[in-house]
Amino acid sequence: MATSQWDLPPELCCRPMAFVALTGLDVTYNAVHRAIWDAFCANRRADRVPISFKVLLGDHEYPKCRTKRTSYEWYIPKGILKTGWMNKHLNLVPALVVLFYELDWDHPQWKEKQSECATKVEIVRTSLQGRNTKVAVVLIQKKTPLPPGEDLVASERASTLCNACDLSGKSLFVLPHTDHLVGYIIRLENAFYEHAHTYYYTEIRRVKSHKEFLNKTTHQLLFVRHQFKMAFFSELKQDTQNALKYYRTSYSLVHELRTHETNILEIKTLAGFINYKICRLCFQHNTPLDAIAQFRKHIDLCKKKIGSAELAFEHAAWMSKQFQSFGELFDEAIKLGLTAIQTQNPGFYYQQAASYSQERKQQAQQLCQAAVNYPAPNPLDNLIGGLDFYGQRPWRQGHQSIDPPDTEKEKSGIVALQIKERNVPHSELIIALLSNAVAQFKKYKCPRMKSHLMVQMGEEYYHAKDFAKALKLLDYVMCDYRTERWFALLTSILTVALRCAWLMGSVRDYTLYCMELLGRASTLNDEQKSRIEKNFMKVLENEVPDAEPECDPSSVNAATALWNDCTAVTGTKELHLEVQDYVPFIQCKGRFISPSFHVDQLILIQVFLRSDGPHPVSVSKLSVSLSNQDYNQWCVEESTAHHNITLFPGKPKIFDFNFVAKIEDVGKKIEMTSIELMLGGANRRLLVVSWRGAGGDVASAHEALQASRSSRRWGRSLETDWDCLSLQNSTMIISRVPKISLQLSHQPPALTNEMYCINITVQSHEEGVAKDVRLTAGLKPGQDANLSQTTYTTLDGSRVCDHSAPPLLPDVHLGDLHPGEQLQTSVYVKCVSTGSRVFLFHVAYTMDTLVEGRPLVCKCHKDETITIETVVPFEVSMKFVSTKFEALDQLPVDIPFLLITDILSSSSWPLLLTSSSLQLLHLTTSAPQLDPQLNSQIHRVVLQKGECATECFCLRCPPLTSNTSSTSPVATGHYLISWRRQSSCSDSPQITTSFTLPAFVMEPVPVYINADVPSFGRVRESLPVCYYIENRTALAQEVEMAVEPSEAFMFSGLKQVRLRILPGSKQQMLYNYYPLMAGYQTLPQLNVVLPRCPSSSSSHALRRFLPQRIFIKPQGQPADDVSIAA
Amino acid sequence: MFGDSIRKCLAGLQGTQTWRVGIAVIAKENYPLYIRSVASQSELKFHYTVHTSLDVVEEKISAVGKSLGDQRELYLGLLYPTEDYKVYGYVTNSKVKFVIVVDSSNTSLRDNEIRSMFRKLHNSFTDVMCNPFHNPGDPIQSKAFDGIVSGMMVQTG
Repeated sequence: MATSQWDLPPELCCRPMAFVALTGLDVTYNAVHRAIWDAFCANRRADRVPISFKVLLGDHEYPKCRTKRTSYEWYIPKGILKTGWMNKHLNLVPALVVLFYELDWDHPQWKEKQSECATKVEIVRTSLQGRNTKVAVVLIQKKTPLPPGEDLVASERASTLCNACDLSGKSLFVLPHTDHLVGYIIRLENAFYEHAHTYYYTEIRRVKSHKEFLNKTTHQLLFVRHQFKMAFFSELKQDTQNALKYYRTSYSLVHELRTHETNILEIKTLAGFINYKICRLCFQHNTPLDAIAQFRKHIDLCKKKIGSAELAFEHAAWMSKQFQSFGELFDEAIKLGLTAIQTQNPGFYYQQAASYSQERKQQAQQLCQAAVNYPAPNPLDNLIGGLDFYGQRPWRQGHQSIDPPDTEKEKSGIVALQIKERNVPHSELIIALLSNAVAQFKKYKCPRMKSHLMVQMGEEYYHAKDFAKALKLLDYVMCDYRTERWFALLTSILTVALRCAWLMGSVRDYTLYCMELLGRASTLNDEQKSRIEKNFMKVLENEVPDAEPECDPSSVNAATALWNDCTAVTGTKELHLEVQDYVPFIQCKGRFISPSFHVDQLILIQVFLRSDGPHPVSVSKLSVSLSNQDYNQWCVEESTAHHNITLFPGKPKIFDFNFVAKIEDVGKKIEMTSIELMLGGANRRLLVVSWRGAGGDVASAHEALQASRSSRRWGRSLETDWDCLSLQNSTMIISRVPKISLQLSHQPPALTNEMYCINITVQSHEEGVAKDVRLTAGLKPGQDANLSQTTYTTLDGSRVCDHSAPPLLPDVHLGDLHPGEQLQTSVYVKCVSTGSRVFLFHVAYTMDTLVEGRPLVCKCHKDETITIETVVPFEVSMKFVSTKFEALDQLPVDIPFLLITDILSSSSWPLLLTSSSLQLLHLTTSAPQLDPQLNSQIHRVVLQKGECATECFCLRCPPLTSNTSSTSPVATGHYLISWRRQSSCSDSPQITTSFTLPAFVMEPVPVYINADVPSFGRVRESLPVCYYIENRTALAQEVEMAVEPSEAFMFSGLKQVRLRILPGSKQQMLYNYYPLMAGYQTLPQLNVVLPRCPSSSSSHALRRFLPQRIFIKPQGQPADDVSIAA
Repeated sequence: MFGDSIRKCLAGLQGTQTWRVGIAVIAKENYPLYIRSVASQSELKFHYTVHTSLDVVEEKISAVGKSLGDQRELYLGLLYPTEDYKVYGYVTNSKVKFVIVVDSSNTSLRDNEIRSMFRKLHNSFTDVMCNPFHNPGDPIQSKAFDGIVSGMMVQTG
């Protein structure tokens, strides 16, 4: 963008740095000088002192210093600040002039060189006549200097040189041209900086000293100027705190000036400059709140200083610039680390700047119409070149009194300015500012503000006649307003967009915006809607629609030509519009009337259409597209000569479609992919309006929600209930309802391992033959994996199935089933583990049917599931006991003992135990030679729930073989029970359940003593008792035996004996007991001791197989004898 | 009509504000339930002002949501000052927003008065919601509410 008069001068916006001029350097031809200059220029980072260097010729002419005024008495200032002043001190008048001169201390022609140097210094001094600029000399030397004080020649020659050049010692420097150039240069520039500092300090003092000569009536301008100068020098001196103080004083002085029409621009310009400086320094000092406060104050003070009414646009331009500059300062501060917030960010300032630019444009349009001819002697042309003072008028520079000197000149000046303003590209300025603001608001999370500004940008592009860009922006933000339901705003944007579309001749956009402006989201009144509808109809008729009101007349002609071109083409012109994401004036809602249909049912679709436009609309065709395109042919409704489809405003119209689904689509979803509505017709324009899915638009979801919340539901017709209509865009095709019944009969619970019988009865209620009936029965898939391994299904109930039977029997053919007939079959299930299982019974068949006269082969199926619990039929407990029914913890070898088994029924059905058997390991029956097989004692026993059957077997451990370990438990065998339900038929298989007998440790018995005792005795009758002592060891055993006396018995036999028994032999001891008392009596105790091995066999261990007591009958009558014998 | 109002609202920028005060009620989903400003010709600008102020309201609500359990004050205070007007916000517990826009030249209104205006508005709004014939979420059409708003406009305008 070209610089305008409102831009701030660059010398104001830069950071002032001390100006030091370097002379005597030949940077073009002398390599050494070049290196020195580069060292000064290169790498000027923040840690180097802020100096701006410039290479000047030795005889450079510095700006002439005017003779100093000695009295201000008759002096009347002509303006506040000269335009050249800042630049002069930044770039023209140095704080220090440095003369570079090549001279070594031991130079052979020292004298000559010294005087040459002095001459050069003198030339510079003359040129700086009257200024306080310092002069310094730098000697460029080839040799490295000695430390100070050691080189006597050097110090002596240095002082003579100082004298010759009239320099103080501090202003003479030596620059050895050696390795450490940059280091020397940095030391040099620090020294220069000190000098510059002193210079600016004295300059400030000098300006300050003028103050006493000034008086408040005539020199008001000078007060401002002097404060500004002091501030600026302070800035050059890098004393920003004082600079800020002076600028603030200067700012308040500016506003103390008397304002009138002729000087108001100058005051505002200066106020703007000083304000800029203050804000800039505040941001630099990291006090952004001070900056904002200063800016607010500045705006409040200046807002009303409009000045000349004919040039009101100048004020707006100036205001705009103020905001823009502040926004830029703010933005720059943020880039340097300041954090801004949502409600205080540069965007607001850019936005305000844009707003003032818009105002400027308005005023320019109003004020600049009248001006016709550019005045002949150009009042803005300034022969001298530019203005002397900032903010003054070119045709009356330096004029400070209230009235303009020449009214004619004044008028022509204003006209010239107005004409100049006409050529300003206002829209361009506004758009640039708006887009700056948009970028900021995007950053600070203000999406709505951003949209608002984009609307303004779009409108500005519209004013600038860049309709394509305008449309793009408006279209982009429109959807935000639409989805957030700010319809008044949407309508206003649409109105502008419609105009753009018309002016561009864009049929598509134009039609779309017309449709939305006619819709319910539009806040236009009926009259406007009628006008738009008329235009919409013209588009359909392929005519040129009328221009929108308020269109720029110059653009109208061009647009009409565009429209003529596009209507001139003959033939049918199709235009597709997808309107789902808008709020069009024709609303459409489609639905399947049910979320699912059986395949033998008609599928029904309803499409509701409603027009919100002011007049009836005729539709030429309505069609629904479905996911399976084969059905589309059934869903078309066309307008014919006899049957005209017309939508009346606000009156919903229903269209019904129906079709029969294909058998392949069973189990699939049918979806509406789009609904299309055609308006217009052949040889005109054919407008195809389409909705995705089942219709609806941006606003309808909210309306449906509101309608569902509403309490006013009673007495609603379709018109009022339109919002309640819900969309149903898909339906499921499911198989035909089976007309058969499936009955299952069984007797739960199932018992473990049994062949559980389930009877299935299939009864047909169909009118035709059910063909190819198949049964799938068994464990329902998808249950615990363990269940499928412990469940077996079979159709064969005559034998117990093995592990090869599957858990689920698929597709068992049952043949055809005629109407009214029934089929029966049984399935047997064997469950090996307990727990509950779900069983599935699935009967499938095919049926020939007619749907709407069309033959259709339907597959039907009926499922039934049952849950069956499996329980154990009975519990068995087994124990080994001695012949004395004492519990055994080890099995004595080769001695008879007993096995007792208890079978406790837990089945709720009576159980028939058919037999039992023992499969023995390591054990035999008590007398294997006589009775090798044990007889079952429970043959055909029936157990009710809770009843118990007990069996008892006498067993014996065969003698140990040498390799049998005697310490570890030994498996003893299995107990097998064969059983079935009592209720099951007699040919049903018997189930054999096996139980493992407990394992036992074998116990060898070295010496076995047993007794042969009668089952009872009788008082005073002899009772012969025979003891057998058997030595089972491989050694001869010595045995001591004694019989202890007892009160209840007398006895005869050896009372105490000692005997020896050979290995494997048996000793018999016979006693004759004579009972004295009746009842249970303890037999006389037999004490047996094995003196050879006392540890292994105590008397008690040896005695354990002996009977302890005996029943003694009283002495009876002979008659009693008989009865007892009986 | 709307092009017209755009021009007029640009004209409104020239220092002669056409509306002194405006009151808006915004639904939880950020669409307008009730919008009223004193002068009807700059209605559009008022709409934009209220709409853009929702940015700040949303931000303030979400900032509170982060620290759980702290009781939010309904009155949000001055949302943002601009050259021409001041925008104040208030959010009910059901996230319905009230926005009052006052001409920035109107310096007589103090924070306390704005607060009490909001409270009054909230009470009246509650009455509207209590009406069994009012469907929450529909635009407010209530004479009583209109009356309260008009009263405020007279008082402040």
